[in-house]
Parts: sequence; structure tokens; C-alpha cells
Amino acid sequence: MKKVAVIGAGMTLFRRRLLETGKELSYLATKMAMEESGIEKKDIDMVVMGSAPDAFDGIHMKGENLLDGAAAANKPYIRVFNGGGTSVFSPIAGWWHVASGVADVVLVVCEEKMGSCFPHPQTAFQHIWDPILDRPLHPNLVWLFAMEMNRYMTVHKIKKEDIARVAVKNKRNAVGHPCAQLADEKITIEDVLNSEVMAWPVQRLDISPPSDGASALILCSEEKARKLSTEPAWIDGVGWNIDSTMWTNRDLYYPRYVENAAKMAYKMAGIQNPRKEIDFAEPYDPFDYKELHHMEGLLLCDKGEAPILTREGVTERDGDLPICPSGGLLGVGNPIAATMGQKVCELYWQLTGKAGKRQIPTDPSVGVGQAWGDIMQMGTVIVMRRG
Amino acid sequence: MAKDVAVIGIGHTKFSSMTPDLGWKEFMFEACQKAYIDAGIDPRKDVDSFITCAEDYWEGFSIFDEFVPDQIGATLRPCCTVCGDGINGLGNAFMQIKTGQLNVVTVEAHSKISDLLTFGDVILHSYDPLFDRPITGPIERQHYVGDPSYPKKSPKPIVGKTDEKARIHPYFLAGLEMQYYLQKTKTTEEQCAKVVVKNKKNAFNNPIATYEANVDVDDVMSSEYLFKPIKRLDISPNVDGAIAFVLADEETAKGLDVEPIWLKGFGWCSETPWLSTRSMDAGYATMASKMAYKMAGLTNPKKEIDIAEVDDRFSFKELQHLEAIGLADPDNASNMLEEGALEVKGSLPTNISGGSLGIGNCFEATGLQKALEIVIQLRGQAGKRQVSDAEIGIAQSWRSIPTGTGAVAIFGR
Repeated sequence: MKKVAVIGAGMTLFRRRLLETGKELSYLATKMAMEESGIEKKDIDMVVMGSAPDAFDGIHMKGENLLDGAAAANKPYIRVFNGGGTSVFSPIAGWWHVASGVADVVLVVCEEKMGSCFPHPQTAFQHIWDPILDRPLHPNLVWLFAMEMNRYMTVHKIKKEDIARVAVKNKRNAVGHPCAQLADEKITIEDVLNSEVMAWPVQRLDISPPSDGASALILCSEEKARKLSTEPAWIDGVGWNIDSTMWTNRDLYYPRYVENAAKMAYKMAGIQNPRKEIDFAEPYDPFDYKELHHMEGLLLCDKGEAPILTREGVTERDGDLPICPSGGLLGVGNPIAATMGQKVCELYWQLTGKAGKRQIPTDPSVGVGQAWGDIMQMGTVIVMRRG
Repeated sequence: MAKDVAVIGIGHTKFSSMTPDLGWKEFMFEACQKAYIDAGIDPRKDVDSFITCAEDYWEGFSIFDEFVPDQIGATLRPCCTVCGDGINGLGNAFMQIKTGQLNVVTVEAHSKISDLLTFGDVILHSYDPLFDRPITGPIERQHYVGDPSYPKKSPKPIVGKTDEKARIHPYFLAGLEMQYYLQKTKTTEEQCAKVVVKNKKNAFNNPIATYEANVDVDDVMSSEYLFKPIKRLDISPNVDGAIAFVLADEETAKGLDVEPIWLKGFGWCSETPWLSTRSMDAGYATMASKMAYKMAGLTNPKKEIDIAEVDDRFSFKELQHLEAIGLADPDNASNMLEEGALEVKGSLPTNISGGSLGIGNCFEATGLQKALEIVIQLRGQAGKRQVSDAEIGIAQSWRSIPTGTGAVAIFGR
């Protein structure tokens, strides 16, 4: 296996951006990543695109349509897709392009434009259900996750305010993030607990907002990295795992698929004790309880322990184990695939000391990013290390 | 790149124009099960990664990846969707194995196109919404203003006017491209008709083929013009089916009781998505083939390659692709066809499987259908259509209208 370096990253402002097409958003992120790494279009060998459902844009083969915005015209180009997991899976696909020796420099672009889905992006999610077993129930993602959250709270006897704490932490962490949509310095637990109930126990401020945006990452081989960059970050391990389609047949209190993916990534990275060896993490937090759920799946704490760590302040930016120092999806926004910006680009920025106001004070050297997708069944994990 | 990559298992379902009795899950299960039996492995222990090639719109889901794992043995295993042709899937499997971290990878692709009631409209949705879609004429859609409570109690699908006769079918683009090809290369419509005759005849010897037929050039020429100069019989008809491949690294392959067929090289490329700025002569295939030849170490592909399966979803595409990948001289593919070089006993047997014209257009599985034929031929299991002494074969695919994306894979014994 060849070593894979990350030498540049870019991320656009996350907002409802009706004036720009998906291509243009991809272009903006790509340009930022190229400028940061100092490489040009001609240096890029191959391009990987990550983007979630075609139904958001109403474009069949969306990947084909987006490709010129991602500097991929006349280049080998592929789109990978596994729902929300795409945000960490795209750099994993980029990793195997370089680690296999097939490419030297790979551009990974993740784009999402949910705003054009009318009247609301949720309508695209009407078509993610089994047409025979699920669709007659008229399900909706919020109530599906409400069931999972409820199960998690019931099994571990977790109080709602301990979960709301995550939303508060992340929205506060997002202050100072140039791309953030919902940063809020003054938010309190009461604000979350008093927000509108969507489907109990999920309330409005427990959820990350739909958004439009793009992010980009440049990966390259060791030889190239030595030439181009003085301070790359390295991809040490990757893992991905999918559980059964039949979500009704699983116990929703624990994400086994995340555990499997994490074990695959830790094995590749030679990490034996993740709690000691990992300095900070970016678990996927589209809902506040998911951050806790995923910390447990990533083996960063025992089952049911994550809310306690959060309450004790361990997961704050200056705590022992900073979680979502970027502000995560709750604070920065959730343009599904483009959340690579918080989950992977953030690892790069933190590890190379470029995170600005968000920089973790303790000088981290190993970080883990994770995303979650499909119908609560896909876990994608990436471990990165400072050079 | 230390490890070589081999095909150790292949499996496929029957192909059929209509399959109301089967679901896509059953298709995928059957193809994968056959591939695992062929390779003599247990997917729950021996396979390290699973790849499906699928597009949401073809499947009728928003996130098709959800519905993949159970029926192919991937539950609680690494599994992903590649939004590309089957050969893109093989390419990604190849790279995964080359990293040295994964040893055995399954690639699956399928078509359940008969479930799709609005085929032309779905293709139209792959055109750029602002610049290219309006070319096909007015698109009437039921107008609905933003009712935030949508869907109400019983969500009804929003169906617009799907009368395709009121507009131009998006396949018109293939007609333009064929016109350009005929003029540029001085190929005649009759010569393209001969491709149809050859492939539909070849399909008689392929048990998976659905559209085998004894047609002659007059039959093709007298079929109606749909996208002039494309006639009804120049177009490959749609078909349902699934194909699965199991790939493995050298060490694993040698420990199994199968004849490994080596995936020696592959390449893939995308031209711009703009209809107005891309080449009309399959530049994607040229670039992808160059990459593949280099990876496979082929310096003179014309001599070294014994058998070819190229995309023939429109009859002229077979000739155009042969020229693009350098197996025929520019403007010369039609002469090779006339001389019989593309027949089973010719110097470059091409689409001996029957191709898409004989088997049917199986969408994302098309590339795997091409690769499947090459592997069967190299294994010597092709029965009546066996090409003698085939050592190296090439499979080439295209993502069809309106893309400029294609991939190439080179296999050797």
C-alpha cells in the first residue's frame, strides 16, 4: 500500500444558494483546494465526485452533469455514492486511487444542492423507502430518527438535556467557521429544549439544517507530497461497512456498522487503543444524539458513556477528547455529501494547524472522521495523522 | 503495484425483455450466487468488499445503495455503490485490490429497465436542465405552487405530460452523432446495417441473448427512421438482467480451483457534459483505451488483441468505437466489417456475444456484459461461438446518451 497524503482542502459557504448551480459550487470548492495546495488542473490525474441523491437536482446521472465544475473534463472521473456516508466515502475512494498506485494526484469533490428540491428536500427522501414494506406508512426521515433516538435514550436512560448539550456545543464551536450556517454563540440548552417538537424526542434544534455547498480535497502520493507540500496530513486508515436494508430487524440503540468500519480503519492505521491514540474526532452529527451514538460506535467510549463525557466537558474543543471542533453538521450545516468539509477537510486543517479560530489548543496529531448514510446502515471512517 | 488482479468468478441471470415475475433483488442474488459458486468461495467469509454499479433514476429510488447488501451477502461488510458502468466497478475493484488491503472484491451490475414506464423522460433528465433539456421541445409539467405541507395525507405522484410524441426523444443526439460519423468516415447506412445483421446473428450462439434474429441488410434498411439516419433496428432494445464478477489478488486466485483470467489493465475517461463542446467521435474511448493499453503494457494493440467487445448500443457505435480505441484505422472500420474481419473467424472478432444489439441494452450492466463475454472466451467456455486461440481481449463501454463517458478493460489468460 502506498502512503496517501492530503495537501489541500476547500469548502464553500453553506447556505441556501439559489444563484449558483451544483457545477458552480463544485468549481468554487475545487478552486480553493487547488490554491491551497498550489497545484493546477493539469497536475490532477483523476477526479472522484461525491454527491447524494440525484432527486435533489432532478438530474439523472448527476455525476456526469457535475463533472466539468470539478475540473474533470477529459480526465478519469468517477462518482461514488452511499447516502450520507458519501462525505467520508468519497475521500476513501480517492484514497484507493492513490494507494493502489494508479494515480499520483487525485481531486475529491463533494457537492450538494438541496435548495432546488421543491418544496423541501424531504420530498426527495420519499423515495428512499422499500416500496412494499415501508412506503405505505408514509415515513419521513425525522420520525425514523426519532425512533432511533428514543431507543438510544431508553436503553441507556439518557435525559434529553444531555443530548441537547451536543447541539449547544456544536453550534458554539461553529462560531468563527467561515462556512457556518447556524453558528450561535449564545445558544443554551433551554433554547434546544424549548424549540418546536418535530417528532418526539426530536426537536427543531436537534436537527442540522438542509443546505447547499461543496467541499474539495486534494490527495497525492508520498513522492508528490514531498515535492509539493511542506506540511501534508496522511491518511492512515479507512473503513466502510453497511448493515442490512431491513432497519426494522436491527436494534437501533447501537451502530454496529460504524464499529465494523472503525475496526477496519484502526487495523489499517495500526491503532490498538483508539481511546488513547486518537486526539480528536469528527463523528457525523446530523442530529445531536448521532454524535453520541457515533462516538460509541467509533469505540471512543463505552456504550452509553458518550452523554456523560459530553456533560463533563471532555468533548469540548479544549477538553481531553475534542469532538466536532468544526461545529459539525449542527453548527455548520448539512449539505449531505459536502459535509466532507467538516468531517475530513477539518481533520486536515486541524492536523496542519490551519484551523484558525477553531484550532484545538492541544496540538493534535491523530484524528478520526466518520459519516453515516443510507437508512441508518452505512458507516464510513477515515483516520488521519500529522506528517 | 505488486499484486496482479484476476477474475475468479462470473455469474449472470437469464436476460429477458420483460421480467414481471422477478424483482431486482432476486436478479442480484442469482447473479452473485452463481459467481460465488463459480469461484468456489463463501461471500460471508471470503469476500472483503462489494461494489454495485447503479444509478438512482434507473432504480426508482433516491438512495439505491440502501437496498444492496442483503441479497449479495454484504450485510455488515464493506459495500458501496459506484455511479458508473460495470467496467468502472471492475476498475474500482482493481484499485481496491492493488492497495493490498483487500483481497477479494465482488462487482455487480443489473438492469430492471422494464419496470420503468417513462424511459425517454428519464433519459431527458440526464440532459443539462438549463441548456440542453429545452432542445427536445416544450416540456409540459403539471404546475404546482409551493405548498409546504406537500405531501398531504396520501402523496400522489406528480405526473406530467409524458406523451413522448409531442417532443423529440432524447436519443436524437445519437442521430446527430451518426450523421457526423457517416459523413466524416464515408461509411454508408448499409454498412451500419451490416453491424446489426452480424450481431443479431452472433446472438443465436449465445444462450443469454434475447434479441437474436435472422435479419438481412434490407430488413434493417426498411425499418422506420426514428432519429435519422438511425432506424429502429439500429438501436439496441432494452433488456433486464444482472451480472456479477468476483475479482481477487494473485495469491488468492492461485489457491482456488479456477482458471484465473487476469485483469491486465483498465482505463476510464469523461469528456465534458456539454453537448456543444465535446468531440463527436468518442474521444472518451480513445483516452480510456490509451490508459488501459499503457497499464496492460500493450504497445501494438492491433496485433496483440485477439478479441473485442465494444459498445454497440447504436449500430454505428461499434465501428466508431473500434476506430476510437485504435483497433481499426481511422475511417477503416467499415472496410474491416465488409472484409469479414469482425466475424468469429476474422482477424478481430468483435461482439461475438451478439453485443447490445443482439443481447439488449442492459444499462449499467452493459460493460459487465462485454467483460463477461471476454472472460468466457478466454476461459474457452464459449461453446459454438468460441474464438480459437484467444489470449488477450478488450471490453469497452460507454454510458450511452447523453454522456461522453466510457471505460475500457483488458483481460488476458
